[in-house]
Amino acid sequence: MASEQAGGARPGSTGGTPLGSTGGTPLGSTGGARSGSTGGARSGSTRGAPPATGELPPATGPVPDGPLVRRGGISARWRHQRPAQDTRRRRRPAGSSAVTRRRPSAVARHRPSAVVRSHATPYLFILPAFVVYAAFSLYPLVRAAQFSLFEWPGFGPSTFVGLQNYVDLASDAAFLAAIGNALVLIVFYAVLPLVIGLVLAAIFRRGQVRGMGFFRSVIFLPQVIALVVVAVAWRNIYAPGGPLNEALRAVGLDGLARGWLGDPGAALPAVGFIGTWLEMGLVMLLLLAGMSRIPDDLFEAARLDGAGPVREFFAITLPSVRGEIVVALVLTIIAALKTFDLVYLTTSGGPGNATTVPSYEVYFRAFQLREVGSASAVAIVLTLLVFAINVGVTRIGERAS
Amino acid sequence: MRRLPRRLFLGSSAAAGGLGLLAACAPGSDSGSGGSDGGGSGPAASDVETDPAALGEITLKVWDQEVRGAQNDAIEALIEAFQKDYPNITVDRVSQSFDDLQQQTGLALSGNDVPDVLQVNNARGDMGEFVKAGQLTDLSGYAEAYGWEDRFADSVLAKARYSADAVTFGEGPLWGLPQTGEVCGIYYSATKLETLGAEPPASWEDLFALVEAAQKADEQPLVLGNLEQWPALHVFGPLQAHFVPSDEIVTLAMGNAGADWTDDANVQALTQLADWAASGAFGDSPNGLAYDTAWADFTKGTGVLLIGGSWLGPDMEAVMGEDLRFMAPPAGTDGTVATTGGTGLPFAIPAQAAQADAAAAYIDYITSDTAMELIADKGGMPVLNTADLAPSSGVNKDIYEAFDAVSTDGVLLPYLDYATPSFADTAGAALQEVIGGQSEPSAAAETLQADYSEFTAGS
Repeated sequence: MASEQAGGARPGSTGGTPLGSTGGTPLGSTGGARSGSTGGARSGSTRGAPPATGELPPATGPVPDGPLVRRGGISARWRHQRPAQDTRRRRRPAGSSAVTRRRPSAVARHRPSAVVRSHATPYLFILPAFVVYAAFSLYPLVRAAQFSLFEWPGFGPSTFVGLQNYVDLASDAAFLAAIGNALVLIVFYAVLPLVIGLVLAAIFRRGQVRGMGFFRSVIFLPQVIALVVVAVAWRNIYAPGGPLNEALRAVGLDGLARGWLGDPGAALPAVGFIGTWLEMGLVMLLLLAGMSRIPDDLFEAARLDGAGPVREFFAITLPSVRGEIVVALVLTIIAALKTFDLVYLTTSGGPGNATTVPSYEVYFRAFQLREVGSASAVAIVLTLLVFAINVGVTRIGERAS
Repeated sequence: MRRLPRRLFLGSSAAAGGLGLLAACAPGSDSGSGGSDGGGSGPAASDVETDPAALGEITLKVWDQEVRGAQNDAIEALIEAFQKDYPNITVDRVSQSFDDLQQQTGLALSGNDVPDVLQVNNARGDMGEFVKAGQLTDLSGYAEAYGWEDRFADSVLAKARYSADAVTFGEGPLWGLPQTGEVCGIYYSATKLETLGAEPPASWEDLFALVEAAQKADEQPLVLGNLEQWPALHVFGPLQAHFVPSDEIVTLAMGNAGADWTDDANVQALTQLADWAASGAFGDSPNGLAYDTAWADFTKGTGVLLIGGSWLGPDMEAVMGEDLRFMAPPAGTDGTVATTGGTGLPFAIPAQAAQADAAAAYIDYITSDTAMELIADKGGMPVLNTADLAPSSGVNKDIYEAFDAVSTDGVLLPYLDYATPSFADTAGAALQEVIGGQSEPSAAAETLQADYSEFTAGS
């Protein structure tokens, strides 16, 4: 504050900086001439610092606003209101004075306004986006947290139950099964796609085969297809008389053929594999983008040192794409934990509770059981879980780099 | 250094917002409808205006879920006729799928701008909850004024009756009126039976023998696609009636206290289901087969029998033609024909409906005898006069006659998942595990009993 006052009282040094950086450039071109003529030496602030200082005392002297006014802009306006007191100004060409009178704000913008200099200003810029974010993310989140403390069917009166919904979850078999399944799905949604994606990306980077773009597109294609279509297609593939079982029988593996989505042991891996197939392309594309940034001379140097493709991969490729790996993991782990559509469309959480996941439990509790409180509790736990796991992944990624 | 204040800012504003909200009213308390003691009220018969023409210029808001071909055609025709008869009433109809309507109903009813006529699922989780929250109109007065109790069979109306506190299901005030009927029965291929040298089973023993005979002849006796969990309920329902007296099933299925899933009869029924599954009567992997794939397979010649709902008839007939037949299950253990079935979703009137009298008139209109004829004409199954309105041939003739026989002389067993809000999931998972052999019938009975008894004890 002290520096601002000083700057306001007089041109100066500190007060000038914000103007120079924020409003300086546009003013310089449009308002430059004007300010030079009107405020003359006085309000000529940054541009004409030496003459300004010289002429300042007499100008501010008669007007008792010097120490009171913090900003050049405001003091200038004040002066316009009392032109009679400013004898120097009177002597200025009438034309220029008229210009300022007509457009006082132009002069006022000269120095950063109170708003611009305020510490709150950056947040004002954030505000519009924050309002949208708050309305559609924070508010629902807080509301969900609030709902989780109530027993409420979604309409009518509610009963406050404190943390009882959370306590109940701890011994709720369906919920625990859902969390367990979600953790298993991380293997299928995140770990396997990462391994496969790394290998594929490394091959594509080295590969000099024709039609590479075609293969890349094919592997990325699942990401483009609507999930409903993916689920319906895979449901048919997994059907007892579907292509997968036909293929197994054709090669004599009759013992392996089964109703994949109806077999309690096979259902979760079967759903998980769809996830692997889905996420593989995304991970590959991310890693490929990372790998394309690695300078070729690194590989050349490695080759000159006698490194084979495998050594090259572990020594150069892998460390270089660490950032992309973290991004890929974050994205795919979130996808694994919040997966809903695939489960809903393929197995409805069955057989038994073999493939139920937290998101499905949220839907099921809120819309089938009409236990909005319990559903919100599951959602909050899921959110915390997603958050915790991803903070962990990101931290590990940051530390490693 | 810049990071801390920003976090502090975001954190504190979020926290401030959160505190404000938590301090604000509890969820739902501002709904402005109904009391927590439940039971919406309804007018007495003498207060009801039964002449829609006397109601003045009004718009009637109708929400239904009859989006499929025959049902949609019937409703559209009925609305057109209704508006022609009563030009002072404009019907503003919103139709959406069952799932969409079910999910919106709860929100819609708690708002202030409610529809006048709304289709509400009979189940405890839906109609029961709304009755408890006082969000529906008691139709008893209208029923008296319009004579609905003479028009409908008791077992049909019972599926829309709840006590005002929603503790008892099947008795008490009337909250909705259905328009169409549904019944689970046995589809069979006439030529397949002929090849096996069998007659349509006259008793459950005949049916068991038929299943064995089909297996010996290398045919899959029963077709079931149970990937979605609920289809097995439509097989188990009729089967259960062979072992368990129908009144006990009704008690169990309506979630009223006083019955027991773990008694011998119920365990025997579950055991029969498990035996069928273990012997491969349902094919290799009924739990891995989708419902729609299963009946499509049946039309292409897989299997001899398919136990399922009447809604499958027209689609399967389109492929199989005259070869497809339908029959109600044989008489159950207490000598009457009892099978899972029911009605289309009942039409109800929200407690806050602005035009309740006009809504009742509309409901009366679309369930009248002429409406039933129109529904039958369009290919739906009317809930009333079903046998009279049956087509002269085809599978729908069988279905209509079966429904009529069950709904008038037999017992229309409620869907088992009406019992408790969570029973669809509990029973679906339990039956899947019985069929898959992952749980013993007695253990499954325990699971079902746990859900049922927890609910009946709590209500």
